[in-house]
Amino acid sequence: MSRAMRLALVAVATAAAGVLVGFYIVAFLMATPPTVNSAQTSPGQARITLQTVAAIGFGAHPDWVSYLVQDPQGRWVHSTILRVPAHSLVHVTIYQYDTASGLRNPFYSQVRGTVGGIMYLNGKATRAIKPDDPGHTFAIPDLGLSVPLQGVPDDAKNQCEAAPCSTSQAHNTIEFTFRTGAPGSYRWQCFVPCAAGFVFGNGGPMQTMGYMDGFLEVQ
Amino acid sequence: MVSILGLRMPRELFRILVAWAVVSAIGIPAVWFLLGPHLPPGTMSNSAADQQFDNTVLAVCVVPVAAFLAIYFPYCLVRFRHRGTTFEDGPPLKGDGRVMVAWIAGTSALVLFLAGWGSWELFPGEHGAGGGQGPDPLQIATPANAAGALQVQVIGQQWQWTYRYPQYGFETDQLVLPQGQLVEFHVTSLDVIHSFWAIQLGVKADAVPGSDNVAFTQPGRVGSFQVRCAELCGIWHGHMFTEGRVVTQSDFQSWVGQQKRTLAPASGSLPPYAPSYYPTPLTRGG
Repeated sequence: MSRAMRLALVAVATAAAGVLVGFYIVAFLMATPPTVNSAQTSPGQARITLQTVAAIGFGAHPDWVSYLVQDPQGRWVHSTILRVPAHSLVHVTIYQYDTASGLRNPFYSQVRGTVGGIMYLNGKATRAIKPDDPGHTFAIPDLGLSVPLQGVPDDAKNQCEAAPCSTSQAHNTIEFTFRTGAPGSYRWQCFVPCAAGFVFGNGGPMQTMGYMDGFLEVQ
Repeated sequence: MVSILGLRMPRELFRILVAWAVVSAIGIPAVWFLLGPHLPPGTMSNSAADQQFDNTVLAVCVVPVAAFLAIYFPYCLVRFRHRGTTFEDGPPLKGDGRVMVAWIAGTSALVLFLAGWGSWELFPGEHGAGGGQGPDPLQIATPANAAGALQVQVIGQQWQWTYRYPQYGFETDQLVLPQGQLVEFHVTSLDVIHSFWAIQLGVKADAVPGSDNVAFTQPGRVGSFQVRCAELCGIWHGHMFTEGRVVTQSDFQSWVGQQKRTLAPASGSLPPYAPSYYPTPLTRGG
């Protein structure tokens, strides 16, 4: 092969590699979960329904813990970007299918930022749970909202293996209401180090949009 | 050549030195009196005021150096620019021992002064910068009135700061400090390394798991200040900031009472107060 041919080959290979790397970076940056609208129940009020699962069961990381959100048509969507109206009451229902991991900081065992400072755990008004009991939390720090989600007992029968889970399976139901403020993007996250297999439990799904991190788009 | 006080020098150098002296004579007091009071981090606390003083001194040191460069290079570019259409080598350069000695002596004096000044100002104490000296500092870290200091444990976790007030028995996500009282921060982390930066208070201390990093400050003025994480710590690092407040003593006591009532359900679950925590177990989840 001539010197010119070899140079051309190297140039083409380099360009192709650059294009592939560029595609990868763009795809990574653009891989945003879909935005799911809340269901409007009445003027000034909306409803969000979520579930937490121990393993999403599909996609790039089928064994990762995750949230799912129900769209207004009742379908479960793998996303954590939620759109709600501004200056409204948002009623939240979370079906918690995962078992407990426990909090690293017991401060998050208390319900904060909800209407009345309470949540309803399986229908019972609750202000705090034991720090070892949460499987996850639903927290929006900029709104002062933090709700611990009681984990399913380890020995519960009929546990959900993969999403989406059904209410016929072992779960806890957590309901609460909070008030949104001005329009904006408010990040939310889980404060339980629930990423199994990662150092300190805070890698993987805890650091990835669409799993245990998301945005509340207040509009 | 020009002769000044028996010192002979080229006319060009004389002009440069005169211009430099004039600009420095104007610039130094201008920086000290006009710019200095507006330099960060301000004067909200004694530690912030100390840092503002340091920044002012450094800015004043910069003035003559910057002035010399700003005068010397444009002057040379204009005065010694090539003229005419023919290109030929200029006269050969000759070293001047006096210039070299003056340059080395001047820059050495400036650098040594800055090193000494910076080291002295980093030492904690009345003149210290006030941030993150560690649990057992080498120098006199404890201010004279430390026994009456308000203890505030700053706890970093991915991705929120919480603040424990051990003297009052609660932990909260709000940082509120009383005006005029010495505050003793104990900065630690529950997971990865964060850095607690209360900007307008002039306090910056690393939050390290298992470590207790101590910083003192005394807020002098009522108002708000920004708290940020200054150590890249994960996906929400950029969101890990809040606004703290300095309030009057009576407002602080009211706030404490309100927090104790509001946070009572969680306060009973808090672990015994310790200067630092360590994330256990190392892996969670499942």
